[in-house]
Order: sequence, then C-alpha cells, then structure tokens
Amino acid sequence: MGWISPFTLNRLGMLNMNRRNVDYIARYNDRSAYPLVDNKLKTKLVVAEYGVKTPRLLQVVRQQHEISHFREMSADLAGFAIKPAKGSGGKGITVVTGRDGDEFVKASGARIGVDVLERHLTNILAGLYSLAGASDVAIVENLVQSTPDLARYSFQGVPDIRIIVFQGYPVMAMLRLATKASDGKANLHQGAVGVGLDIGTGKSLNAVQFNRPILLHPDTGLSLGNIHIVAWDEMLEMASRCYEATGLGYMGVDLVVDVEEGPLLLELNARPGLAIQMANGCGLLPRLRAIENLKRPHFTPGDRARFAMEEFHKR
Amino acid sequence: MSTRSRTPFYIAIFLIIATGISLAVWRHIELGIPWLTGEQRPVWMVEARVDFDATGGAVTAALNVPDQPPGFHTLSELAASPGYGFSILEQAGMRRAEWTKRDVTGPQTLYYKVQLIPDPDVRSIPAKVKPVARTVFWAEPEATAVREILEQAKQRSSNPQSMTRELIRLMQPDTGAQNTTLLTTGENYLDLLVDMLNFSGIPARAADGLKLEDARRRQPLLAFLQIHTGEEWLTFDPRTAEQGVPEDLLLWRQGSASLLDVVGGANSEISFSMLRQTIPAIQLAAMQSEETGLGFLSFYELPIEEQGMFRMLLLLPLGALVVAFMRMLIGIRTSGTFMPVLIAVAFVQTTLIPGLVAFLSVVAIGLLMRSYLSSLNLLLVSRISALIILVIFITAGLSVVGYQMGFNTGMTVTFFPMVIIAWTIERMSILWEEEGAREVIRQGTGSLFVAICAYLLMSAPLAGHLTFNFPELHLVILGLILLMGNYTGYKLSELRRFTPMKVYD
Repeated sequence: MGWISPFTLNRLGMLNMNRRNVDYIARYNDRSAYPLVDNKLKTKLVVAEYGVKTPRLLQVVRQQHEISHFREMSADLAGFAIKPAKGSGGKGITVVTGRDGDEFVKASGARIGVDVLERHLTNILAGLYSLAGASDVAIVENLVQSTPDLARYSFQGVPDIRIIVFQGYPVMAMLRLATKASDGKANLHQGAVGVGLDIGTGKSLNAVQFNRPILLHPDTGLSLGNIHIVAWDEMLEMASRCYEATGLGYMGVDLVVDVEEGPLLLELNARPGLAIQMANGCGLLPRLRAIENLKRPHFTPGDRARFAMEEFHKR
Repeated sequence: MSTRSRTPFYIAIFLIIATGISLAVWRHIELGIPWLTGEQRPVWMVEARVDFDATGGAVTAALNVPDQPPGFHTLSELAASPGYGFSILEQAGMRRAEWTKRDVTGPQTLYYKVQLIPDPDVRSIPAKVKPVARTVFWAEPEATAVREILEQAKQRSSNPQSMTRELIRLMQPDTGAQNTTLLTTGENYLDLLVDMLNFSGIPARAADGLKLEDARRRQPLLAFLQIHTGEEWLTFDPRTAEQGVPEDLLLWRQGSASLLDVVGGANSEISFSMLRQTIPAIQLAAMQSEETGLGFLSFYELPIEEQGMFRMLLLLPLGALVVAFMRMLIGIRTSGTFMPVLIAVAFVQTTLIPGLVAFLSVVAIGLLMRSYLSSLNLLLVSRISALIILVIFITAGLSVVGYQMGFNTGMTVTFFPMVIIAWTIERMSILWEEEGAREVIRQGTGSLFVAICAYLLMSAPLAGHLTFNFPELHLVILGLILLMGNYTGYKLSELRRFTPMKVYD
C-alpha cells in the first residue's frame, strides 16, 4: 500500500473525517436530535410515526430485576437479537439464531447458556456499551430473516444496506455483508465487505474489504459484481423519510430486507463512516454540494428519492 | 444550518495569537525575562562603609549615593546600621542616604549596600536647568599663566570637548612648561582644572567614580572631570584625558557638593568594597517585576509550593496541543481522548523509561486480573471500583518490589492517575474481547506514542521555562488549537487509508 496525494483525493471529491465533522455533522445535525438516533428504542418509536417499519420489539429490559423476565420470555423463542439501546458501532449486539436444547445458538454457531445472555444484559444495563458509559437499557428484537437472494452473499449475519441521507436526499448507498473476519457483524472496520450500490438502480458497483477492492466474497466465494436490490425505490423513499422523523441533515440509515416484512429500519447513525466512498469508488463531496446548491428543495420523501435516483445515477 | 462567514473567527484567532506574542515580547523587554533558560546576568554588589567617631550627641551622617549612574540599573538598596534611623533624601538632583541617631559616642560604622545591573543603554538624566559657567577670579601671576594655557588649548581645539582634552594634556606635570608648574604647585589638580574650564566659559564640575573589580575591599573613589556641552555632562579622566565613562566605572557622585557630611562626629572615613555576582536572568526579572508592578502578570509572587503546581498545570496545554495535532492532523488513534496527556504528565514525574516500564507492567497485570473479574459477572461500577483497588495494589507492589531490588524509581509509580489507568484497562479489555488483540495493540501503541511525544515536548526545559514565565503564550496555544479545530483537510492517515481510490482517478 502506498500513499495517495491530497490533490487526487480532492479531485475525486473524497469527503474526509475533519470535513465531515466540521462542514456536515456540526452544521446540519442539531445536537438535540442526537438522543433520538443514539438510542435505538427512541428511534424505533419516532420513525414508526412516519411509517418506517423496524424489527418487532419483543422486550425492553430497563432494570436489573427485569432480567429474570428475560428467561421466561425467551423460553420459546428461536431467534432474537439483544441490543444496547445506546450502543454504537454494533457494540454489544448479540444475535441468537436458534436453539439447541437449553442452549442458545449464536450467529457464529457458538452455543451459550442463558446465564451468559443474562450477564450480557447486566453489562448492557451498567452502560458498558453506551457512549459515555451512561446506564442503558437493553432491547430484545425479533430476529430478522434476510431474503435468501441477499442472505446467500453474506457469511452468517444479516446483510444490511447503509444509505447516506443528506437533507432528506439519499446520496450514496452500500450493501454490507458479514464475513468470517467480522464475526457475523456488518461493520466494515471489523472486516465486513462493503458493496457500493448505484443510487439510480440499486445494482452493485464495486466491493471492498478492509479498504481493499475485492471481486469475490472472501467466505462465500460469490461474485459481488451483479447484485441487484429489489424494491430499491421503496427503500430510498423509506430512508428519505427518516429525515422528517429526526430532522438530522446528515445521517446514515441502516436498512435490512426481511423475508416477511420487507425493508426494515435497523438503526440510524448521526456520524456515518467514510468507507462507503471506497465501496462506491467515488467521493461524496460532489453529491453533497449538488444538494447544497439546490435552489428549490423537494418536499416529499418520494420526490427527493426520485430526484436522487436521476441525479446520482451512475452513468 | 447557515454558512456563516469565517472571517470574524480568523480575525479573533489572529488577535488571540497576536495578544499572546506581544504580551510576551513586552514582558521580555520590560522585565528582561529571558527567552531561553539558564541565562546569567552579572550584578555588582557595592558596599560603602562609613566610619567615624561620635562625639556624644545627635549624629546626622549624610552620604551621597548614586543617582541613575550612566551604564547601570539600580536593583536594590540596603542600609545596615544598628539603632540608626535611615532614609534616602532626594533634593536638587542629588540623592543622599541619611542616618540619624541621638546620643551617640564612640566609633561608629554605617553600611550602605547597592545592587547594580550593568546596562549600557542607561544614560544619566539631563539636568533640568542648563548649567552655566561659574565666575572665577585669578590673581596675578596665575591669571596670566591661566590665560596663556587656555589660549594654547583653544588654538589646538575646535569645541569644548577637544578643548578639555587639550587642556588636560597641557596641564600634565611632565610637559614641563613654566606656566603649568606655576599653577600646579600646592593646588588641588582637579579643582584647578574645574576652575580653569569655568574661567574659559565651559561649565565644569568634579565627580567621583568607583572602579568595579571583583572582590575588592577598601577601594577609594577616583576623581573625574565633567563638563557640560549644552546638552549633557561629559566625563573625562583628568589623568589621561580619556573621554567617556568606561564600562567598569560606577559614577558614585555627580553634581553634588560633598560626598559625606557627618554632623556630630569626627575622623569620618569612607571605603568601598564590591563583589560581582551572577544571578540567573530569570531571578533578576522576578526581582524587578516586584518593583515595576508588572508582577501581577506572573506567578513569581505565589508561594513556592503553588508555583511548582502551576509549573505542572501550565504544561498541560502543550500536551493538549500534541493530542489535537496527532488526532486531527496525523490521525493517530488513541484510547481515551486525553488519556495520553495524563500519562505524559506522569512520565514527566517519573522520567521516561521507568515510567514506561511501570505503566506497561501495571496495565499488563491489570488486564490479566480484569480477565478474571469479567468471569465473576459483576456490575460495571463495582468492576471498575475493584479494578481501581487492584491497580493501587499493583502499583504499591511494584514500588515495594522495585525498592527491595534497589530501584528507587519504582516509587514514582504512584504518580500515575489510578482511576484513568483502571478505565484504560477496562476499555482495553472490552476492546480485546470485541475487536481482538490487534486493535488493542494498535490503540495502545497509538496512545503511548502520543503520550511519549507529549512527554518529550513537556519535559523540554525550554517548554517548562516558556510556559511558566510567559503564561500569556498559552493564548498562542489556544489560537493554534482553535485553528486546528477548523482544519477540514485530509489527515495524514487518510492519505494512506484512501489509497485504493487511486484506481478511480
């Protein structure tokens, strides 16, 4: 690996960390909206009012003594996900995909007892995964069953779609596929594969893992060149609608496609990462500036999504 | 959501930085606080000793003391004399030290000490009233001799200065001229010169100077000749006709009629001793700041213990600057934003290598213990609390073992911030479980690297000197940090991270 000159990056319109923080997050994201997105429970409730569906909520564990209810509740559940409401970067999320007698089977295939899960809940309540170590609540959600046409690309874990929404316009998107290296998680810095998606069509562009371009999924061996997301316009509109719900000007919207319920919102992120640019092979800045220079913004999520599909279509 | 103009922001930053620098420069010039450490400045300590026999009654002893002698700053004055009232009187352009006491008998000794800093820029203050030449009458045959000698000197000169020089040369006894011999017999040579110059219309007077030589005792005053050119008093050596005040000459008496007056005493004598001291320039500045009233801007007036504390505190902004630079411009990841600064502060106390060894061993042992704690399934707060206690045990154990093995430096482990270390261990441990050992080592080395950089900067003697003695320079650091906060360009690490984008160019 060598070095790239800052002038080349500038020409490519690559958004960098400092500019993202100063020119976009600080300028367009109102601090008062942060609690909404930093708390998954609040996110669920607020987006529901705007017709954005999220995975079904099974239980909320707020107090230490409520952990005992978890044992009863989970007794006849096959699959669920435990998440810290204020967790960031996928920290503290445990996904249980099945049962093996009394034991739970994690996405990675590991078998764990209920006591391990209870300890995990304790840690979540104590704030181990929350941003400033503040006390937290744990939410238990229904397990998302990914559609098979997408699921086959991913090693274990559910593939999710990250869409950057700027002032209500979806500007860039990527598909994130879990790998063996990422331990079934869809976090790029942990080794998940990022596949850039054409905003215009929902078709795959390039793929990267650990910031390096790849052609095949490292574990499933499938070619990443011709993935096509169905109901793409519906997903873009859904992402666009989150702008009305939260008022955040610059955010990352994480969606999954459930086999039964269709597109679901997983979480919102007020500080979305920059790796999406590498998956797409182009910088964010020209698109962000195009939106900033719009003289007459569109008012409905549908209009904004359609505008973005035309404007940012990869030619 | 508006894009406000950045210009006022930049102007404010410019003002902050400019204020910091100009305050520092001003204090450097006014107080002479040196930019560099260890600068030494010579200081002359001159002591005048007055001896006399009191005749049994009220005594008033008045000694002429230097009043802004050219080439020197007065740093401090001190009079030591048991049972005497003392004050400094200033009248008619003269300064006199006056000792007073009622009913004194027997031999008396009075001391007057003055500390002087050589400074070639100091010149004597010009007289308020322009002096005029005294009228002098001569009887014959001296009158003729004087007139002839003055005429000779006038012929060979062009202005009062050269006239004075020529006159001194003509009056040298070895010239052997008859007129000179006539005049110099039985007369005070210097008074004669003064009279002759006044006679020729040049205002002239006698002055006393002290030749400064290190560790000399019982030195006499040397007589000097001064003439007024219409603008200032010029000094001449009446023996060599040399003009000007040599560097090592302190003009003790100028313009005043007498050096010492003792009323109520007899056999008065005065002698001088002197000592050359070197004082660190910084100490000198501290002493001067008390006088000039600029001291309120510095920490010199605080008790020494608080000064030590401020010394440490004032280094913190440097650490913050390093962290800001490393994170925003270089892009090094650290665990905990300002943990490296606190570690660096600890390193300043322990010095680098012992500090590193101690820190690494505390964290390593702590991580081992933490892995046991995690299997106990404790609530977070109690786990951290337990960890803090364990960290204290570890540091105590390390210092005791280190001490038994003969390393005194082991004791300095106690300077580490225990709570911060406990949290660091906790975070590292979580990081280990979630992201693997690679990320732990990466963030750990990042933190240590930043801490070492901050340590190197903070422990530099110059850094400590500048931050403590020019606290206003922190405005410059503040300005730089604010500027960095406005940097939206690429970090160094991003130039590496985004390298694969080359193919799309």
